Amino acid sequence: MANRNFLGPSGTVLGPVEFWLLTLAGFGLFFGTWSLVSWSGWMPPNLLPSPLAVWETLVRLWNQPFAGHVYAEHLTASIGRFLMGWAIAVGIGIPLGLLMGWYRILDEIITPLFDSIRFVAPLAWVPLAALWFGTGIGGPLLIIFVGSFAPCLISAYRGARLVEPRLVEAAQMMGASGRRIIQHVLVPGAMPSIISGLRVSAGLGWQSLVGSELIVVGAGLGYLMVQGQGNLATNIVIAGMIGIGVVGFVIDVALRSVEAWFRRRWGQA
Amino acid sequence: MSEIVFKGVTKTFRLPKGGDFLAINTTDLRIEEREFVAIVGPSGCGKTTLMRMAAGLEFPTSGSVEVGGKPVRGPGPERAVVFQQFALMPWKSVRENIGFGLMCKGTPRAEADAAIAHYIELMGLAGHEDSFPHQLSGGMQQRVAIARAYVMNPAALLMDEPFGALDAQTRIIMQEELVRLARRNPRTVIFITHAVDEAIYLADRVVVMGRKPGRIIEMIDIRPLRADGGWEAMPVEEVMDTPAFTHMRSRVWKLLKAREAQTT
Repeated sequence: MANRNFLGPSGTVLGPVEFWLLTLAGFGLFFGTWSLVSWSGWMPPNLLPSPLAVWETLVRLWNQPFAGHVYAEHLTASIGRFLMGWAIAVGIGIPLGLLMGWYRILDEIITPLFDSIRFVAPLAWVPLAALWFGTGIGGPLLIIFVGSFAPCLISAYRGARLVEPRLVEAAQMMGASGRRIIQHVLVPGAMPSIISGLRVSAGLGWQSLVGSELIVVGAGLGYLMVQGQGNLATNIVIAGMIGIGVVGFVIDVALRSVEAWFRRRWGQA
Repeated sequence: MSEIVFKGVTKTFRLPKGGDFLAINTTDLRIEEREFVAIVGPSGCGKTTLMRMAAGLEFPTSGSVEVGGKPVRGPGPERAVVFQQFALMPWKSVRENIGFGLMCKGTPRAEADAAIAHYIELMGLAGHEDSFPHQLSGGMQQRVAIARAYVMNPAALLMDEPFGALDAQTRIIMQEELVRLARRNPRTVIFITHAVDEAIYLADRVVVMGRKPGRIIEMIDIRPLRADGGWEAMPVEEVMDTPAFTHMRSRVWKLLKAREAQTT
């Protein structure tokens, strides 16, 4: 954080106080404009409730069930679903990407296929997921999986391809078996790339969540929002969006610190 | 038995733009057991390729490379390599880097720990056992790489410009240490360098290579010179000031220069 430059000539270093003041200013501007627009009456309150009204709705949703559950239950249902779908994407994508980086033949088989499928957006999988799984857990998992799989695969593949060839040679001359080379050279060598891939994939997976919850009956932030929309309750829709934003931010911050830890440990920039 | 024998070795590389590049033209070279041979030559003369073929990291286009009477089929711990850019694993500590080869070999823990401790001491790495490579200077990193090679007790040591990435002072210190180490643990050594001084100071025999195509121009035995001059007992900078040394240096320089003038 030492040399964050915002305004002024490059080289201007901002202390933590300035940093937080500017961050606060950004939020202040956003909520200020929002309040101004809603209080001025340019938009009817049923379409754009004031920040205060949304806050009150959030508090109400926290205490009273809506669409069958209180807010925290919707939140945990979404997080649980996300974690499952993401774990599947990570569990398949990372090893497959590493193997593709290591074994040329696998690369040749999978890459063209993968490149043609990955441009089908997660949302475009919703109808298929609904047909296959109905309202079961499989549908949302498939969509979160589709959303987060590509960056897992690509980052592991790139990481494996970028491992210093000298390190592989050094391991070979020390008598390392293929399994040992994968374990001690390929995986750690690809780790920085894998971790930034995890961060991107978690973000995309979490973003696919709402799409997945369009076809869920039960609980979840997306489900809460769809029900809010059905009731013409804009404040509930926005309350759901805030939850998605906050959780996404927390996930990102957590994975960022994991990334920073790895870089420090291995002395990489 | 660990003599290294190149018989009629040629090596061509396919160029990315098409066509072939003759890196090494028909070359014969025999390095005796426990002989220290330095190979000098300009960049592109194929000296590194020659070493990599002994390591099993490259294969000759024709001819054969044998170590200890057996054809080289791939890299292995009996032929340890020290790379110019160290090639230490950044995610392993000094101790783990040095111990990696022993782990692969399945050496019992206690025995491995004793061997690792011995080379940490010998290479002046005590106190840095748990450091990671990026926390060490270039000279220290190369000490780790040399320790990593020696700890496997290899029959042959293949060094590819190991001091090329070090500053002048560190280089001199490392040269002296290598001599000390090589006398104490004699091995069959191929030492690649483009520094003529270094080659003459370290080696029993200096092989001079030329390029376009890569080939051996001359082989010079340094042993009589070293024995007569009593180099063993002298510090490196004094050795390099003796008339015998400077004479030898200019002889090698002339060989290299004459060939360059011819080919360009």
